Amino acid sequence: MANFKKKQAGSKQEIPTSAMPDVVFMLLFFFMVTTVLREVTLKVKLDLTQASNIEKIEQKRLVSYIYMGPERLPGNQLGDDKVQIDDAIVDDLGAIRNLMYDKLIEEPRLIVSLRVDQNSEFGLLTDVQKELQQAGTFRINYSTKREAD
Amino acid sequence: MLKKKKREGADINGSSMADIAFLLLIFFLVTTTINVDTGIGMVLPPPLDPEQEPPPIRERNLMKILVNSQGLVLMDEEPVSVSEVKDKLIEFISNPENNEELAISPDAAIVSLKTQRETPYSIYIDMLDEVMAAYKDLRDAASRSNYGVPYDALVDDSPQQDQIREMYPKKISIAEPDS
Repeated sequence: MANFKKKQAGSKQEIPTSAMPDVVFMLLFFFMVTTVLREVTLKVKLDLTQASNIEKIEQKRLVSYIYMGPERLPGNQLGDDKVQIDDAIVDDLGAIRNLMYDKLIEEPRLIVSLRVDQNSEFGLLTDVQKELQQAGTFRINYSTKREAD
Repeated sequence: MLKKKKREGADINGSSMADIAFLLLIFFLVTTTINVDTGIGMVLPPPLDPEQEPPPIRERNLMKILVNSQGLVLMDEEPVSVSEVKDKLIEFISNPENNEELAISPDAAIVSLKTQRETPYSIYIDMLDEVMAAYKDLRDAASRSNYGVPYDALVDDSPQQDQIREMYPKKISIAEPDS
């Protein structure tokens, strides 16, 4: 076995850490900008379906969500299929028209993202779509997960 | 003359700044969810005027796809399996042999998708996915033969992309289910 002599550094080596706060701040700003703090509390169960030919929505600011799925009842039970817009469940489907129309006035390039549970029935979706047509919000997006190939 | 007072520079101790920044950074790291929203984009038609007759469509330009709640598919009254839908659609839209039964031209072709009220959403999306896949394949083929790159590689809203889009416009009609 050969003996290796440990080379001793003549002077103490130090990594300059004065730039570390700058680096950290840069990362901090990145995450602050990308964070969306306000997440809607879901009142319906949502299990998205999968599809392979999907597109990304680049401009998240234009998106308004409509959630559809079985209602979450106290005690881990599921009720009938319901529609949720923002934080509330909409029982009267006719109200969707006014709600979405108001959003369209605020943002004319509105995209309505329909987040629908995969087991909910098409009938409810078509009722909601009819309301969206009346409101004039024609750009929609069926939110799906990417299918693993 | 005033004598300038010599004062020792007051320094703020900045050594803990990194700690504060780290704390904030970790908070935002934990709360961030970078979930890119993906989905199938569609444009709904304007509401129909009840007095106005729907525009006439020639039978050969219309591909009717019916899906029932069990996921069984009928294409122009013929039962097909889900895996065949895409190829049949491509044949219908492009119509390479100028078949009398199929669409006159790709931009005249209309795909009508109809399901029942009881159909689960996932089956409906699967069908829509097949229709989108057919259009994607056609657009990719056209883009490759014209420009040598797939459709996705073209610059968004460039004249080339517009041209391909005009060649194969997505005319998909979501029919109202009979209750």
